[in-house]
Amino acid sequence: MRENLINLSYLISAVMFITGLKMLSSPKSAKYGNYISSIGMLIAICATLLDKNIVSYQLIVICIIIGGVIGTYLALTVKMTDMPQMVALLHAFGSLASALIAVSEYVRLYYHLTLYDTTTIILTLVIGSLTFTGSIAAYGKLQGLISGKQITYPFQKTLNLLQLLVIVGGSFYAFFHPQDIFWLVVIGALAFSLGVLFVLPIGGSDMPVVISLLNSYSGIAACTAGFLLTNYSLIVTGSLIGASGMFLTFLMCKAMNRSLWNVMFGAFGQVVSASGGTGSSKDGKVVNVQGYTPDDATTVLESASLVIIIPGYGLAVAQAQHNVRELADLLEKKGVEVKYAIHPVAGRMPGHMNVLLAEANVPYEKLYEMETINPEFERADVALVIGANDVTNPAAKNDPKSPIFGMPILEVDKAKTIIFMKRSMAPGFAGIENELFLLPKTMMLFGDAKDTVVKLVNLLK
Amino acid sequence: MSFGEFLLTFYIFVLAIFVGFEVISKVPPTLHTPLMSGTNAICGISIVGSLIACGSNNQIAIILGSVAVILATINVAGGYIVTNRMLKMFKKR
Repeated sequence: MRENLINLSYLISAVMFITGLKMLSSPKSAKYGNYISSIGMLIAICATLLDKNIVSYQLIVICIIIGGVIGTYLALTVKMTDMPQMVALLHAFGSLASALIAVSEYVRLYYHLTLYDTTTIILTLVIGSLTFTGSIAAYGKLQGLISGKQITYPFQKTLNLLQLLVIVGGSFYAFFHPQDIFWLVVIGALAFSLGVLFVLPIGGSDMPVVISLLNSYSGIAACTAGFLLTNYSLIVTGSLIGASGMFLTFLMCKAMNRSLWNVMFGAFGQVVSASGGTGSSKDGKVVNVQGYTPDDATTVLESASLVIIIPGYGLAVAQAQHNVRELADLLEKKGVEVKYAIHPVAGRMPGHMNVLLAEANVPYEKLYEMETINPEFERADVALVIGANDVTNPAAKNDPKSPIFGMPILEVDKAKTIIFMKRSMAPGFAGIENELFLLPKTMMLFGDAKDTVVKLVNLLK
Repeated sequence: MSFGEFLLTFYIFVLAIFVGFEVISKVPPTLHTPLMSGTNAICGISIVGSLIACGSNNQIAIILGSVAVILATINVAGGYIVTNRMLKMFKKR
């Protein structure tokens, strides 16, 4: 009887999760979707507490309070610009929880492990550990604790493949010798190391793919834990998340016109270095790139009738979203139409720019997707690029030798004037020179994006 | 677990994946970050598994289970609150 009640509650909570996700299809209903989903979670937790195997509630309550306080603190204090790190960190916690469940079940069932138990334990352990360290590595990269560049070393692929083979081989051995703890430890340790090694060679601009993929893995880990415990609630939600993460992963790959394989293992070659105010054009000539002043930019902006703003990761780094909104407001008061063009992989995670601009109270109707906004660039008087580079680079269309060749871009080059805000003349994350810098209609504004935007705002006032 | 039981579980798994793809493909790109943090919160459903692990009578299993409960709760609380914070910001003009 109690068993049936628990399973019925799980069904209800699963329905509420799906309803919650479904309501995310519009920004209007999304907030309520989140409430519904959280009530579903409450139901699932309460139902589990009815389980007859649970004897002591004291310990559970203490653990829930500790976790709740930490989680609430993190969620309330995190800055919107740091959201990718936060998401990576949350992935890490969830997947480590799954891995711990696997170990704890192993300990509990040690003397009567079946082949089914061992298989699901190892799967959960491997995927959970790998996702945990991978997410921590991603967190480190996003937070700037480790270099955001692609970290490569000799025999990288061979070493990773070797570790993977040992994990697979060791797992097969462990399936039939489940009492042998040694192999389980080896598998767990290698999964830990592989997680880090998979993420290290991936550059910062490919982070949206990595974050999506880790999202998917954390779901799969929950799912295998569900198989292990034969808990339908875990299986259903785990596969929902797995599917959602996979969907986003492929969306991001499509937006860069690269395969998942290429993102994961195709670390670009050496970064072409350029410094100072010089940029090397395609045929190797060194061209001096002229820097303009905010005064020049103001004149152009004021006389425009349509300005399209292209935000990128630099906007997040400089935390300039509020100033950009102020600039847009001033322009609109002067009768200039302002639109925002959002590339799917702008920033460090899917939807990163949208969240930042939403924080600055930019209405979401003014944010346009790439396919919608591209035909409008021809009509635009000014394309204002703030902290974006690769997503505007025409080399993706024209230069078959470019590493980003084939990636769909925002067609900034069609606008009458391009104002490019850039910290210095360094190439973008993929290490590619942008030929837009050299166009006569391009105005380069060097310096911190926030300072530059503030200057523009003051001048327009 | 008998093969029949396993098949039933697998059945649910496969159908859930289809539902996942179907529902998520309707989410607009604007909401992809909240989608991620929202699914992250749901991922805290592993708290259910952790609670069960917590309820065993083996000391080590209980300790591991308790740590898992803490981690999963961080996920649930952190995920839902941060998603709510973001979603409240999405406004029409």
